[in-house]
Amino acid sequence: MSTSSAVSTPVAGARAPREALPERWEIVRAAAGIALYAAAFGFTFGAVATSAGLGTLQVMTLSLVLFSGASQFALVGVLAAGGPALAALSAALLLGCRNAFYGLPLTPILRPRALKRLLTAQFVIDETTAMTVAQRTPRAGRFAFWVTGLGLFTLWNLGTLAGALIGGGINTSAFGLDAAAPAIFLALLWPQLSRARGRATALGAVVVTLSLVTLAPAGVPIIAAAVVAVVAGLLPVRASRTAAGHGSEESR
Amino acid sequence: MSLWATIIAASLGCYGLKLAGVSLPESVLADPRVQRVAALLPVAMLSALVASGLFASGRHYTVDWHLIAGVGAGGVALWRGRSLVVVFVIAIAVTALLRAVA
Repeated sequence: MSTSSAVSTPVAGARAPREALPERWEIVRAAAGIALYAAAFGFTFGAVATSAGLGTLQVMTLSLVLFSGASQFALVGVLAAGGPALAALSAALLLGCRNAFYGLPLTPILRPRALKRLLTAQFVIDETTAMTVAQRTPRAGRFAFWVTGLGLFTLWNLGTLAGALIGGGINTSAFGLDAAAPAIFLALLWPQLSRARGRATALGAVVVTLSLVTLAPAGVPIIAAAVVAVVAGLLPVRASRTAAGHGSEESR
Repeated sequence: MSLWATIIAASLGCYGLKLAGVSLPESVLADPRVQRVAALLPVAMLSALVASGLFASGRHYTVDWHLIAGVGAGGVALWRGRSLVVVFVIAIAVTALLRAVA
């Protein structure tokens, strides 16, 4: 994810009444890259979900309303594996919990009010949060949030629709599409593995999940791994280490 | 629970979580223990999803070398600091290629 450089060069026309953001093109470029990947990943989701037996309207409901890739793949994955509906629902909701916590660094930057809050909420996901908190000023953060959110939402849904319509007929495993979700999950997980607590949690989760595979219905082993996060999170922190803080400094 | 009920419950539930995040008073989410659990929750869930995606099929263990190699290649790309989209393309391409030739 691109972070803006510390030095900003004077821009021509900077005396306009509403000064243009100097970093706006940098933000738009980064957001375009994210949206492009979202189109490809959305296509994969559409194809995989349709192959798993969901109708086009059901697939589109997930991409339009649920709109959180990991939760969507988890839900469809558990259902496709023959897991109980409640396990699929729980897996999606447990993964969706992180979006609630993204509100913490985002709210002071976005300051959503009244009805706009309802719209803002839908775009609170991994990518928009990362882009927003990476900006130097709240104004750049708000711009990054909306550009990333709207671009990603549009292409994720267009990709899903294309995947559901034309991808449902293709052999998803012959095209390697089944590798997409694990690879993306690994990528989302990656930054956390640089911390000891993150690595321990990941290892514990893998052990818990794999030891339950034959003992519980599909999906349940994944939910059971949430216990590892709770235990690891409640263990006391060593004094030298600061808690996983999002604290985005307001720079004005 | 019917398929539609599951889809609607998951969609509204996940939207509700996002809305709660931008609506709740900061004090609720600011507790350091709550934050640590919240930060680790996706780590645990995503690790579990990767593990079961690679080694489980329903209630059985499975080993699909093409898939493991493809996702592994994505992992190497991550380790080399590649972007999400590169990791995505490499994982899919390596898996598909290995299935086509082997």
